[in-house]
Amino acid sequence: MSHPLFEAFSPAAGGRLQIMDDEGRIIHPEWMPALADEQAVEALRRMLYVRTADAMAVSYQRQGRMYTYPPNYGQEAISVAVGMVMRDEDWLAPAYRELGAWLAKGARMKDIFLYFGGHEQGCHLPEAKNMLPWSVPIASQLLHAAGIGYALKYQGKPGAAFTFFGEGGTSQGDFHEALNFAGVWRAPVVFVCQNNQYAISCHLSKQTAAPSIAVKALGYGIAGIQVDGNDFFAVYAAAAAAAEHARAGNGPVLIEAVTYRLGAHTTSDDPGRYRSSEEEARWAEREPVKRLRAHLADRGLWRAEDEEALVAQYRKDIDVQFLAQENEPYPLEDVFVHHYAEMPDDLKHQLVAYQKFENWKESHR
Amino acid sequence: MSTQVMTLVQAVNHALDLKLAEDPAIVVYGEDVGLEGGVFRATEGLQARHGEARVFDSPLAESGIMGTAVGMAAAGLRPVVEIQFCGFLYPAFNQLVCHVARMRNRTRGKYPMRLVVRFPYGGNIRALEQHSESPEALLAHTPGLKVVIPSTPYDAKGLLIAAIESDDPVIFMEPKRIYRAVKQEVPLQKYTLPIGKAKVLAEGTDITVVTYGANVRETQKALALAKQDGISAELIDLRTIYPVDRATIAASVRKTGRFLAVTEGPATCGVAAELVTIVNEEAFLNLAAPPARLAGFDTAPPYARGEHFYFHSPERIYYELKKVVDY
Ligand SMILES: Cc1ncc(C[n+]2csc(CCOP(=O)(O)OP(=O)(O)O)c2C)c(N)n1
Repeated sequence: MSHPLFEAFSPAAGGRLQIMDDEGRIIHPEWMPALADEQAVEALRRMLYVRTADAMAVSYQRQGRMYTYPPNYGQEAISVAVGMVMRDEDWLAPAYRELGAWLAKGARMKDIFLYFGGHEQGCHLPEAKNMLPWSVPIASQLLHAAGIGYALKYQGKPGAAFTFFGEGGTSQGDFHEALNFAGVWRAPVVFVCQNNQYAISCHLSKQTAAPSIAVKALGYGIAGIQVDGNDFFAVYAAAAAAAEHARAGNGPVLIEAVTYRLGAHTTSDDPGRYRSSEEEARWAEREPVKRLRAHLADRGLWRAEDEEALVAQYRKDIDVQFLAQENEPYPLEDVFVHHYAEMPDDLKHQLVAYQKFENWKESHR
Repeated sequence: MSTQVMTLVQAVNHALDLKLAEDPAIVVYGEDVGLEGGVFRATEGLQARHGEARVFDSPLAESGIMGTAVGMAAAGLRPVVEIQFCGFLYPAFNQLVCHVARMRNRTRGKYPMRLVVRFPYGGNIRALEQHSESPEALLAHTPGLKVVIPSTPYDAKGLLIAAIESDDPVIFMEPKRIYRAVKQEVPLQKYTLPIGKAKVLAEGTDITVVTYGANVRETQKALALAKQDGISAELIDLRTIYPVDRATIAASVRKTGRFLAVTEGPATCGVAAELVTIVNEEAFLNLAAPPARLAGFDTAPPYARGEHFYFHSPERIYYELKKVVDY
């Protein structure tokens, strides 16, 4: 049995789920998820945390204290909503632009900074439950999610596998293979496409001739839905329905969350080369934090004066975590010891040869 | 003859521009190649000058890029495709190994693969993972492919034009660490350099050092250190990994009697191992010391904070060179 949401918004009909309008008014109360006031407030808090951490990451990068970083700015509702749906037993196979979901899984900013600051230790994620490390090769992680879905089902374990990717990723063979495998296996997998309309400079229109990303679900015999990705409630409702659908053994779901990357692709990108500032301004009007804030303020659940103190506290916390990883040691052995269960002799020789060189260098200072 | 001062990446752009203007069979595509002109700007301005049908953004799929290039080449075009970074070549391997490399042989010459695959490669630029690899050994290990790596703007232009004009598929690897590191006077007129020919950059009598790509610069710095010790080293820029220039290497080692190969990818089954074998085969009786290699560790390239261990400093090259000379 498919969830009524997927019946009502079949991608064949080209619908898009929106619950809250750009001003934060609830326009489709019939689909409003049953969230306690405190949860709705928590959602905005998490989105603000993501936005703050993200902006700070960009500025650390600008100061030369971190390397390439892919900002989430404008897309925060998606990863935060999915993050609030995921439970401990669920798995996450991330891409690289869904900070809210990593944090929900227990990744610490310290680990995230370590990774984007150029240290493999960042991928260790000691406190994250059931989370793979980031996946830089576009869309490759979707197949991992399908495999996790199979494993959960085979082991009779509860939970589902969640995975994130951009609309550009849907051009890769791995995307199609993952939807197909998960579909054939009726595996519990939730595929979350953040359609931010650009893959670096390449517009969606050059990525696919299909009328939507969601419609691709039909070809694999799985459920699909397109939602307004800047509407926290719409993403939450779709993700909650997808999780329920998947956990109940109905197979995978493809969620297309339509959004817009307000920032650069990464800290090495200049969006001025491929899109207009008018377009950016239009989408800035519809950005997710503003919408949820307006909604909560209207319900008397949010006060502007509290926000400042909250963000200041977040900034402090994030900076502490940044500093905690900045001096993480990187001994030579770290290059070698983790590659194999037991280090092959060949690697030992290479390690020793390098140590000899270092000793020689010391003695020739 | 008019010339222009260019960086390596500008020379690539200039070579593509010349060939696009000259040959309507050429199409240039890949991720972000059209409107943006490539993430390194190697194709900047080419879409505006030659039109969207000839210079364009592909959907985000390396296997798609490689497989469509096979079809285009079979049907008479000359695709010059870009893979955005070395580390993203792998999704295209099936098409590359099973079709690009073999189509000529399988069809007994009926469908030669006149195509070029360009991509930036190499590390030590503090990039994210999968942006620092040197996979030239995998490619040279694939029968049917030619593998070219320039180290200067002048060579980049001449070799890229030769690659585009080649009747065989050419993998053209661009050392991104030095994309903008050196400027050089490059003639504006068309010229080609032979694929399969190494270049002797410095003559010497005590040791032959062979390297290529970005390591040419590090090796030159190492040779300057060696010179202070009175060591006269011969430096060879390999320029083509396959087909390899045995003759130049052999002639040099027969003269110097000592050999060091400097490469960046993992040591095991790497290009340096191949070069050492060539030296053994061609100049064994002239050797005064075992031919040596300085290659990467058999590990993934470490992330930014650990990459100084992996990528060769001039001091490391000098140290290895001294070991061979003092043997
Ligand atoms: C296999 C592969 N090819 C190319 C790249 C280089 N690259 C990094 S991000 C990107 C665009 C991705 O766009 P999209 O999937 O829409 O996600 P977004 O970055 O917009 O979130 C590209 C081409 C890569 N990381 N992996």
